[in-house]
Amino acid sequence: MTLLDVKGLTKRFGGLTAVDHMDFTLDEGCMYSIIGPNGSGKTTFFNSLTGIYKPEEGEVHFNGHSLIGLRPDQVTSLNVARTFQNIRLFGSMTVLENIIVGMHHHLAQNTFTALLRTKAFKDEEETSRRRAVELMSFVGLRGVGDELAQNLPYGGQRRVEIARALASNPKLLLLDEPTAGMNPQETVDAIALFRRIRDELGITIILIEHDMKVVMEISERISVMDYGKKIAEGLPAEIRADSRVIEAYLGRGAAAEMNH
Amino acid sequence: MTETKKNPLAALIDVTKAWLTRGKTPYIFIAIYVALATVLVYLSPRSVPAFLMLLSSALFLYYLPTSFKFKIAVGLILALVVMPVIGVRNIFYLEVIFQISVFAALALGLNIVVGFAGLLNLGYVAFYAVGAYLWAFFGSQQIYLLNEIPGTAPTGTPFFLPASSFYLFLFLGMGVAALVGFLLGLPVLRVRGDYLAIVTLGFGEVIRVLANNLDKPLNLTNGPQGITPIQRPPLPAGLLVTLRSIMTPVVGRSVTDNEFYNLFFYILALLIIVMVIVVVNRLDDSKIGRAWMAVREDELAAAAMGVPVVKTKLLAFIIGASFAGVMGVLFAASRTFVSPESFNFMQSIGVLTMVILGGLGSIPGVIVGAAVVVVLNLQVLQGLSLWLSALRQSDAVIPIINFAWKNLSNQLDPAKYQRLLFGVILILMMIYRQTGLIPAERRKRAAEIIEIENDIKNNGNGHPADASPAGEV
Repeated sequence: MTLLDVKGLTKRFGGLTAVDHMDFTLDEGCMYSIIGPNGSGKTTFFNSLTGIYKPEEGEVHFNGHSLIGLRPDQVTSLNVARTFQNIRLFGSMTVLENIIVGMHHHLAQNTFTALLRTKAFKDEEETSRRRAVELMSFVGLRGVGDELAQNLPYGGQRRVEIARALASNPKLLLLDEPTAGMNPQETVDAIALFRRIRDELGITIILIEHDMKVVMEISERISVMDYGKKIAEGLPAEIRADSRVIEAYLGRGAAAEMNH
Repeated sequence: MTETKKNPLAALIDVTKAWLTRGKTPYIFIAIYVALATVLVYLSPRSVPAFLMLLSSALFLYYLPTSFKFKIAVGLILALVVMPVIGVRNIFYLEVIFQISVFAALALGLNIVVGFAGLLNLGYVAFYAVGAYLWAFFGSQQIYLLNEIPGTAPTGTPFFLPASSFYLFLFLGMGVAALVGFLLGLPVLRVRGDYLAIVTLGFGEVIRVLANNLDKPLNLTNGPQGITPIQRPPLPAGLLVTLRSIMTPVVGRSVTDNEFYNLFFYILALLIIVMVIVVVNRLDDSKIGRAWMAVREDELAAAAMGVPVVKTKLLAFIIGASFAGVMGVLFAASRTFVSPESFNFMQSIGVLTMVILGGLGSIPGVIVGAAVVVVLNLQVLQGLSLWLSALRQSDAVIPIINFAWKNLSNQLDPAKYQRLLFGVILILMMIYRQTGLIPAERRKRAAEIIEIENDIKNNGNGHPADASPAGEV
């Protein structure tokens, strides 16, 4: 079943076309990767999907809803969650609070129930704290619920960001370079975590990644972007052998040398 | 965590802290401290240090580990017995406490906007003005003077509304200020950071200029002369008789109606501040409080987590404005007079100074900030002024340089240096202690978290998918 359907998505910044008529379909339950050289438009593509940028042309359908023209929070409430390339946690809030913010659109409480401290409010707060701790344990964090997010080590912050995204109960999770800056062991753990998110929680994942080892090991399908266009799509083995991909990464001359 | 070097002072503080928090010591300490301060203030009603000692007892009460009942009991005795008695003996103290309460409520409101939601609002006092002018207009004779030139009110003009409608106007002031906050926020909250600061600054000035100039074509505000008299709510006569009979022997003389009014407004301000603290505390620890902080920390990430940014900011603006509205109504009634000068830019900066001095986002901090600024303004600066003018009238001479105090310029009057003081406070805080006197702290839930973690360990690794959230889609 198609979960995400993107047709002709185009995002321009002045004269620069950052995403150029991107077509893209994604099946539910897939582990998908988008790769491409720096500046090829991968993150802009994510930002255009999630409402952070308003694309100039194209259609995006997710799970039966059009995402075009929606604000980021509206996109999130349709169960699309994301993480950021450079970690964007709420630094001076605790880890627990960071994760609970992710549940924002699920919480039924409002200003008045919060002021009156109704039973429903208290129950909901307790449930959300419980779920946050469960998410922490799912991503492998223990005993740091009270720490300020900014005081966690890098790997821990990455995990909090993923837990926060999971808290919004997504069907689709967009991970923007989630293993950037991790050491080999952390990377191995991260890959295992992504698999569990997909297998145990049934969440479809799109990954932007630079580490080819990660991409080839984990992805079921891969798209390659260059200059805002999708230049190739296929199984990992096909992508590895695709001359256009090698060209995009290494330059035409190097690619030619490799073929001879 | 970095290991900080211990200097002797810090070591001394640690030792004192350890001693103060042990067993029954805090109870005894507070009892002695409060009693001593009360006696000192009672015996020398004009001594500033004695009064500061009494004020600071509230801090000890808040921080030392005593039972909740004890805190409430001592707090009530301080607020409802000690303060009224010494306040009537020296009405100035009651004024200080009243101003602290008013400004603390304002600062708590501004703290929601600046501290929680991170929106720099430099025109906050405009909402205060809205509340004040609302009651000033309806609670005076102004409505019958719409076609009169300011200052020519015919004698015998009746009041428009009965004085008791003041209580209704406390709520109306809140509502109208909130509405103004909403209407201002709608266009303004689309700009960020410095731009927002400039737009709100402009708004603050617009309200003041409006108050200054709306004396024609219709005389709504009476212009720069301000509106007076504004009605005060009636005091129940029966209660007055009882109170007077109780207080006369304690104070040592008969208590006037005016003094009772001061007491009344002091109690009312305290009630409002208690309510404001409860409201802010509860909002802080809820979905909306977390959303404010998330927007402050990282607007984009907050939006990506499902927080509607504009709505969240708007709510901060509205709630902040409503606090100022209530306090405005109270202010107008307590002064029986409002004029545009009470709502100038300096007032906005003053409230902002309290928030920054106390600690952005910190509820106890902001209250302490308000207390410090008010005491500095009303007591320390004015005390220095009095001292200097006494010296000026004497024949004293500064030794060595042989300078007669008499020749000291009038420009050097410390009471005129309020702006300088605010500036110095802001600069020093930014350099040495950006987080304020009492930095904001997040709620810790260690016990609950450990309990849940153990629970998860015992029941297999609980999948987050199993525990569906409250509002599953």
